[in-house]
Amino acid sequence: MEWTYSPALESREVARLRPHYPMFVDGKFTEGGGEPLTTINPATGTALADVSTASAANVDTAVRAARRAYERVWSRMPGAERAKYLLRIARLIQERARELAVLESLDTGTPISASRDVHVPAAAAHFFHHGGWADKLGYAGYGPDPRPFGVTGQVVSPDAALLSTAWKIAPALTCGNTVVLKPAESTPLSALVLAEICQQADLPPGVVNVLPGGADIGAALVAHDGLNKVAFTGSTDVGRQVTRTLAGTGRSLTLALGGPAVVVVFDDAPLDQAVDGVLAGALGGPLTGSRLLVQESIAAQLLDMLRTRAAALRIGDPLDKNTDVGAVSSAERLGRIEELAGNAVAEGAQRWVGPSPLPDQGFFCSPTLICDVNQAMRIATEDIPGPVLPVLTFRTPEEAAALANHTPTGLAASVWTDKGSRMLWAAQRIRTGVVWSNTACRFDPTAPFGGYREAGIGREGGRAGLQEYLDV
Amino acid sequence: MTTTFSLPGDLAEAAGDDTSLRRFLHRLPGVDAAGLQARAAVLATRSIKAGAKLQAIDTAIRMVDLTTLEGADTEGRVRSLCGTARRPDPGRPEVPPVATVCVYPDRVGTAVRALAGSGVGVASVATAFPSGRSSLRIKLADTALAVESGADEIDMVIDRGAFLAGRYGQVFEEITAVRSACPDARLKVILETGELATYDNVRRACWLALLAGTDFIKTSTGKISPAATLPVTHLMLQAVRDFHQRTGARCGVKAAGGIRTTKDAIRYLVAVHEIAGPGWLTPRLFRLGASSLLGDLLMQRRTQLDGHYSGADYVAAP
Repeated sequence: MEWTYSPALESREVARLRPHYPMFVDGKFTEGGGEPLTTINPATGTALADVSTASAANVDTAVRAARRAYERVWSRMPGAERAKYLLRIARLIQERARELAVLESLDTGTPISASRDVHVPAAAAHFFHHGGWADKLGYAGYGPDPRPFGVTGQVVSPDAALLSTAWKIAPALTCGNTVVLKPAESTPLSALVLAEICQQADLPPGVVNVLPGGADIGAALVAHDGLNKVAFTGSTDVGRQVTRTLAGTGRSLTLALGGPAVVVVFDDAPLDQAVDGVLAGALGGPLTGSRLLVQESIAAQLLDMLRTRAAALRIGDPLDKNTDVGAVSSAERLGRIEELAGNAVAEGAQRWVGPSPLPDQGFFCSPTLICDVNQAMRIATEDIPGPVLPVLTFRTPEEAAALANHTPTGLAASVWTDKGSRMLWAAQRIRTGVVWSNTACRFDPTAPFGGYREAGIGREGGRAGLQEYLDV
Repeated sequence: MTTTFSLPGDLAEAAGDDTSLRRFLHRLPGVDAAGLQARAAVLATRSIKAGAKLQAIDTAIRMVDLTTLEGADTEGRVRSLCGTARRPDPGRPEVPPVATVCVYPDRVGTAVRALAGSGVGVASVATAFPSGRSSLRIKLADTALAVESGADEIDMVIDRGAFLAGRYGQVFEEITAVRSACPDARLKVILETGELATYDNVRRACWLALLAGTDFIKTSTGKISPAATLPVTHLMLQAVRDFHQRTGARCGVKAAGGIRTTKDAIRYLVAVHEIAGPGWLTPRLFRLGASSLLGDLLMQRRTQLDGHYSGADYVAAP
């Protein structure tokens, strides 16, 4: 029987979208000195709202405000008091969950089911988790009275905008630091609503400042000599520049640079669940991109199952509650996906594209498998910010580990096998910061997240994540 | 009714004897419990509205095996149930009849007479339902009683004790023996998943029943808790999908027990739609074994059409 799900659209009004969003400095929403930017709804390609951007002078103002807040209020406040603010923010995120979810979906193209059930609850969870630490830092293992750094500058990438904003702000505040944050140029809205929530929670002025802007403002912020600490999420290239900028300044640095996750499926894996895991990785979540390594003896079967599942995925309006694959967050990223996939095909890879029709407008990409990929192709080692999955095969577990490790980054791996000893072996051999065992893309504030080599420096979340915001 | 097809070589070999059955069943891919449950939970958040919901409600009504399996069943109660089965909502003649009425073997005759000419089938539980604890001779006699009384469908239980002890050959032979005892009836094999302890066991039991030639695999008797659950039904739908891929034969799934609301029923239909595929959205291949579900389906159907709730007093009580 043919059964077409009727549209089940979440109401756009819930987002309480305004035509204009000012920046947030020293507890007040004010107009920035930069050229306003227009944020785009990636599902339609049309303008969503105007956002005021910061100028270099605004960066200076914000850093001074953060310094004042640090010295006069936040660093002197007992941990138990700071906790009250963090927990209040967490509760407000829950209260305004629906609004934040719709806003995030409008601005980033993430399907509403994901922003509603994963991103927003996880953002609240980060504030709850860190709120609990604020008065217990002496028991975190970093000495009896670990001190904060002072003023932190934070730059966030467009992936999972709200969640990555939350997991930067929450640990900084809990440890007693103040924050100047620059959201991604293409997805600034949820950070500005989070700023509104800070205001609603009566967070003292200057403790959190949000400065929208482009790469130049990001560069101005990380280079500002009023900072004690920089936390950056973004590409490896920009991460290198940030490292150069900060070399010799004595300022602490945390880098979260990404790199594709690797999914390793052994021949004894629970295949139906592995298919779910592979797709969860490829469809996004807070990670962009992943590559699939599958054991030769089951490759044909697994790819068959993947194609069947991927063909049934529902692509379209991110606000439809039944959408599985939303929009790519910007035209520039869509172009990058097409370039990487096109290059691989030109070099001999085979491309399979899901049959579902794409919407006529907006930045959409069909679920795609790229088979016969070899290690020399760019697609095998670079981030692909969309539902495109390069597939490589391996014959022995040794080969799987070698292929998984052959990348300049090493962020996360998802290993699928029913055999415990092989799982432990793989977790030891694969050099990634995270190894998911028979699951993929699980994020929890209690678990540290971060990578090896060019995937970054430092961890976010968990006890290890506290260390990034304590001067120890 | 019996689907006569021959298994392809590798599966025919698996169905050979106890050893080859064990080898086959224990080589099936494992099931990751957390992953299976997570996927079931995600699919359960599908939002089915408007026209799609009305279509789902009518489809679910046509898939109901309206069931009464009480020691206290009287002929009058069975006749009344049959009346509901023929015309679930007397005020709305366009409402389709249910798939079958499901009763104990000694009530089959009553149901057959009450349903004559209606197109509604009669299903009977058999083989020492619900425990399956008796000799094969008694189980076959039980089946014969149902068949001779005119049952169109036989819902047999497997010997869970033998299955859990690893005597797969014995379970296999019982199914084939019952299969031969009701050649013209549609056979449903009840796995009683609530007693099988692990998802791996459920997957093995599915394949065992499919290899033995059943038409349907059914979750539970309804007498054991947990009865049907979404993760277990996902697993069974995967099994019939994979069986179809390897043999070309389409077998059905019946989820029975604990499905009481329209919301639940729609979640099962979504699972059928997205796991097995749209081809399985027919009463020939998917059934909901339930007693109280029908009332809620009818109330929700009225709500969809009238724009407001009425209440249980306006629809037939099963």
